[in-house]
Amino acid sequence: MAGELLLEVENLAVSFRSRGAVADAVSDVSFRLHQGETLAMVGESGSGKSVTSLALMRLLPDAPQCQVRGSVKLRDKTGSGMLDVLALPEPQMQAVRGNNIAMVFQEPMTSLNPVKTIGAQITETIRLHRPMLARAAEDEAVRLLDLVGIPAPRQRLTAYPHQLSGGMRQRAMIAMALSCEPSVLIADEPTTALDVTIQAQILDLLKRLQEQTGMAVIFITHNLGVVAEIADRVMVMYSGRVVEQADVVPLFQQPLMPYTRGLLRSVPRLDLAGRRAGALYAIPGNVPDPRRPPPGCAFHPRCDSFADGRCNVEAPRLDSTADGRQVRCLRWPEFVA
Amino acid sequence: MAPYLIRRFGQAVLLLLVVSMIGFAILHLAPGGPMAQYAIGSNMSQEDLDRIAQQLGLDRPLPVQYAEWLWRMLGGDWGTSFRDGQPVLHVIGSHLGATLQLMLTATLLAIFLGCWIGILGAIRRYSVFDYLATIGAMVALSIPTFWFGLVTIFVFSVELGWLPAGNRETVGDGSLLDMLHHLIAPAMVLALVETAIWSRFMRSSMLDVVNQDYIRTARAKGLPRFKVLTRHALRNALLPMITVAGLQMPTLLGGALVTETVFTWPGMGRLFLDSISYRDYPVVMGILMFSAAMVLIGNLLADMLYAVADPRIRLG
Ligand SMILES: Nc1ncnc2c1ncn2[C@@H]1O[C@H](COP(=O)(O)OP(=O)(O)O)[C@@H](O)[C@H]1O
Ligand code: SF4
Ligand SMILES: [Mg+2]
Repeated sequence: MAGELLLEVENLAVSFRSRGAVADAVSDVSFRLHQGETLAMVGESGSGKSVTSLALMRLLPDAPQCQVRGSVKLRDKTGSGMLDVLALPEPQMQAVRGNNIAMVFQEPMTSLNPVKTIGAQITETIRLHRPMLARAAEDEAVRLLDLVGIPAPRQRLTAYPHQLSGGMRQRAMIAMALSCEPSVLIADEPTTALDVTIQAQILDLLKRLQEQTGMAVIFITHNLGVVAEIADRVMVMYSGRVVEQADVVPLFQQPLMPYTRGLLRSVPRLDLAGRRAGALYAIPGNVPDPRRPPPGCAFHPRCDSFADGRCNVEAPRLDSTADGRQVRCLRWPEFVA
Repeated sequence: MAPYLIRRFGQAVLLLLVVSMIGFAILHLAPGGPMAQYAIGSNMSQEDLDRIAQQLGLDRPLPVQYAEWLWRMLGGDWGTSFRDGQPVLHVIGSHLGATLQLMLTATLLAIFLGCWIGILGAIRRYSVFDYLATIGAMVALSIPTFWFGLVTIFVFSVELGWLPAGNRETVGDGSLLDMLHHLIAPAMVLALVETAIWSRFMRSSMLDVVNQDYIRTARAKGLPRFKVLTRHALRNALLPMITVAGLQMPTLLGGALVTETVFTWPGMGRLFLDSISYRDYPVVMGILMFSAAMVLIGNLLADMLYAVADPRIRLG
């Protein structure tokens, strides 16, 4: 992955404030993303994946209610410099959204406007960032719908979202996100709401589109099984923090953080189906409430390697290993040995 | 579409039938009656009274009277007024214009103001404006219309002398400007409650919509907030308002009745009250049926409009 650096996130932190209580939904998230690369962001529901991606898009609520700190640098599509996303004035940010960086959301059922045609919604995006005549934008929309594998694309222009299946809607969402050739695409659990065969089709589509366009993809999921298929690198999130970051092969071969191990064990694996019939592992317990995080390691109440007097006292930092991985665990050196 | 309309039409006819029965029963069972007008303070003999009753058809059993009324009604004959012998339809027709003018003006005013107040309240939620609008709506909804009407007359007509205290026009004038001048106060009074209702529904509808996923999608495209509102939020938020509009007809008719009475507005509402006090049964029944039909037509129109405005809805 020797592509150009497209996105650089440093110490990103997001906190929500409601009725006096402060919830640190995301803290200390740092990563880099290069051209053509796919970064998978993995973690259970509530671990801060969506909040992180919305922060990159600057789509979180405004200041007193929600505070975003840290730095997000995004390569300017037209110029050669990096844009300071968190400092951009809103009008400039509007030129970046959907143009430099685009997003596909989890729920294809509710993410499209129900009273506007697919064509109107796609051409709107096109014409917002690429000034062109309505007819030309329509032709472009047809090309995009065709690109994402929607049959009879010209007829689909006049269809309303409810007239399409979930899979087709998600394809339309992807077409819309790709319409201005963004250099970074964030896909927030794009297949979670779809059934398994459709999931596989959408994954293939995203892979193919990425190869064609060279865009970088941040693929958010809570399913590590999907990660193996699509990602180059994996970032595991827990309780708003990065707890492990590694290339996909080493991570699957030797997860260093007990949470990652647990996630891996809970993936249904076809090759093991015969031996471990049905008994799918699930990490016991729940994600902590960000308003009341546990002391020490946030994962300690659920960890099978928990060391009393250490893990519940000392908060682990994000360590870098010799082979360029990152891990947040007090005991990881013991697991390598 | 056609089967749907036929079904709706059938339901409407059935409803009108029920309304007419209940109306007829209440009217005739209420103490006093058309004959009381003649009996009190006149020196007519019992024979004369009986003859009048017979002429008016009031001497027969109620079900027979109802059946006859219904039969005539089905034939398009709404009867004649006891009071002045005019055909009922003619009497209603001569008062309809004033009522429609008042209701239409008030409704347009209320929709315009109510929608704006609701939208602004929703996008500036918990702002000073939002609190004031919320309190204002609560106050407006709790003030009886006749009281507000009297206060309006007191302030704007008696004290300030800006607006006429009643009637639809100055006798002998009747210019457009004069009519509008007379329209201001009653339209304002009738619009008050409607505005409050509209603003509340609009606010909650808008709040509902701005939290939808597709609004986030629209923002993710790079649309400015204002365009997100006008292009994506507004149309969705206005959809439920169509239903609200359809359901407002009874409130509006009731409000018009009170407003017309307070402002001596020569409309159907006042005609209704006058006709009741005269026990002018044919006119009362006529207005009742006419209003019921207006309510039903309002609902039907709202449902059809909804189907046109929302691509997800198919009538059937
Ligand atoms: N608008 C918001 N206001 C307050 N808290 C929020 C808001 N959005 C998300 N959160 C909180 O932030 C945390 C992370 O949520 P999220 O990023 O959606 O998790 P996920 O990893 O499932 O995408 C959760 O605890 C959630 O309750
Ligand atoms: S620090 Fe302790 S509790 Fe946390 S993951 Fe590592 S071993 Fe488990
Ligand atoms: Mg999420």
